[in-house]
Amino acid sequence: MFPELNNLLNTTPDRAEQGKLTLLCDAKTDGSFLVHHFLSFYLKANCKVCFVAFIQSFSHYNIVAQKLGVSLTTARERGQLVFLEGLKSSVDVFFRAQEEPHPLQFLREANAENLQPLYEFVREALKPVDNAEAAWRCPVLLVDDLSVLLSLGVGAVAVLDFIHYCRATVCCELKGNIVALVHDSGDAEDEENDILLNGLSHQSHLILRAEGLATGFCRDVHGQLRILWRRPSQLTAQRDRSLTYQYKIQDKSVSFFAKGMSPAVL
Amino acid sequence: MAAAAAAAAAATATCSPGAGGLGSAVAAAGKHSVTSFQRRGPRASGSDGGGSRLVSIAGTRPSVRNGQLLVSTGLPALDQLLGGGLAVGTLLLIEEDKYNIYSPLLFKYFLAEGIINGHTLLVASSKEDPADILQELPAPLLNDNCKKEFGEDVCNHKTSESNIKMKIAWRYQLLPKMEAGPVSSSRLGHYYDASKRIPQELIEASKWHGFFLPEKMSSTLNVESCSLTHGYMKLLHFIQNIIYEEGFDGSNPQKKQKNILRIGIQNLGSPLWGDDICCTENCNNSQSLTKFLYVLRGLLRTSLSVCIITVPTHLIQNKAIIARLTNLSDTVVGLESFIGSERDTNPLYKDYHGLIHIRQIPRLNNLIGDVSDVKDLAFKLKRKLFTIERLHLPPDLSDTVSRSSKQGLAESAELRGPGCGVMAGGKTHLDF
Repeated sequence: MFPELNNLLNTTPDRAEQGKLTLLCDAKTDGSFLVHHFLSFYLKANCKVCFVAFIQSFSHYNIVAQKLGVSLTTARERGQLVFLEGLKSSVDVFFRAQEEPHPLQFLREANAENLQPLYEFVREALKPVDNAEAAWRCPVLLVDDLSVLLSLGVGAVAVLDFIHYCRATVCCELKGNIVALVHDSGDAEDEENDILLNGLSHQSHLILRAEGLATGFCRDVHGQLRILWRRPSQLTAQRDRSLTYQYKIQDKSVSFFAKGMSPAVL
Repeated sequence: MAAAAAAAAAATATCSPGAGGLGSAVAAAGKHSVTSFQRRGPRASGSDGGGSRLVSIAGTRPSVRNGQLLVSTGLPALDQLLGGGLAVGTLLLIEEDKYNIYSPLLFKYFLAEGIINGHTLLVASSKEDPADILQELPAPLLNDNCKKEFGEDVCNHKTSESNIKMKIAWRYQLLPKMEAGPVSSSRLGHYYDASKRIPQELIEASKWHGFFLPEKMSSTLNVESCSLTHGYMKLLHFIQNIIYEEGFDGSNPQKKQKNILRIGIQNLGSPLWGDDICCTENCNNSQSLTKFLYVLRGLLRTSLSVCIITVPTHLIQNKAIIARLTNLSDTVVGLESFIGSERDTNPLYKDYHGLIHIRQIPRLNNLIGDVSDVKDLAFKLKRKLFTIERLHLPPDLSDTVSRSSKQGLAESAELRGPGCGVMAGGKTHLDF
């Protein structure tokens, strides 16, 4: 959790909003630091988190989370975190003979359009339990990242359907949050990815877009972050606001500053 | 990755095969010492106990930055650019140059480094017989003091000498452990003579598995058809079989000493693999390669293996697939040779044979990766060595250079491409 980003977003773990879909998007840079932020943010906010991680292994997320002051292993033991490790599961699904249905079963199928097992997994993980001694605040679904599903042969429409189902269950029914990362392919003209990105941008309440600098690599400024709030229609007095900051990723935190106000430049 | 992390921990405890012996030597020296100011070195005794049980793997080094176990690519200059080496359990994707002249060299360096360190090799190709590829590996250039057994006995001799000197104070007893660092680091990467072949006895002594696609295509596979191309399917099962049978996944740890599996896959995605992404833009099994890569990465992450793949990206018709491949691999390095391009005759580049682009560096166990500051890199194939250098403009010594040609040079320097600091974002754009 980066305190500076919380300040920019005007939130703290104690008063996290509910029922929101946050879209993380990165173009020409790596936006994974945002995923780490939201993972530790919601774990600190005492939310029940279901983390679907396609990109990296559990140990990677755990080590980074420890730097941010959260232990994923204890969270998992306490039942606060449900972790689906895509890389490991893909090997299991691919090489073991099928016994029970797996959330990532579509890997085995020739026509991978069926994300229903994955949705069932999420619903099961975030389902409220009555006899729980530790009551979690609200359920959160975190996905890193949705673009991998496209690479695995799932169509953009199927992914959008999946998110829609998750929204209906997590955001509306359970009053929880969804955070998902999508790559912006930029000039690669990935049509499917563009459909996915536009579809999600349309639905989401908050968009965080990390971009690499247009002028190329810089040692002191790693990129810029654009924050776009999309308010519901009844609050038309407060229009959609957009803010742009530049950031520098440090070992354990990220510092944000206004455009051109990098300490190295001044 | 879990297995790799465990091995990294083991390696941190012991540092190198020499360190175990070193620790015991220190402990022995401690027993014979007469001074009462004897420090029970917990670290020294710890490394002694660990050294007997856990022996670290030759040709590896734990990363200072993220604790991952690193292996060399076989090209020390490239290792340096990639943050010390390739982490075990990760995948290096090489974008081939247009006429496929220099990328096989990197491929062979990677394999030769494995042979020198005694790693198990897995070579997959659809074009050449793996046995032939191994025959053409470059010969290692070994220093005189590391001639046989890579300086094992020489190092031991040195350390015993230093132990005698280290009796001045107990504090310094911890010092030899630090000295073990440079010894193991010098063992990480080797230089190779591209003009000579590797000695035959080294190949015979090494352990390798070959996957030659035309040979494997005849047998049928009784697995339900995924959307994967037949060749990829075969290769995945072949790799998984070897990882499982030889215990690289840590399933039977008591079996024998741990070793690294180096996987090399040549020309992945080319038409010979039965993939049509090079032929048409809208092909029906465009997800075949990305899916293969994902499952392969899953296999790597759960085992002690490291993989190099060369892909003819200039042949792939759909640019979206290249972007997806980049996102799915850990490290991506692109080669761009000058042969056949107008840069071949450009005086700016007369000292080099091509450009090397570090397109992606993994962020392992960290928020940021090991990005080097230098982005303008060029490579050159000398008579014996393949070198990577920072791109320098040659000094303009002539008096007769006309204004127009100077301008032409400057313009072409600006158009060197996105890897060279100037992104294609407009000439007048300023971020700050």
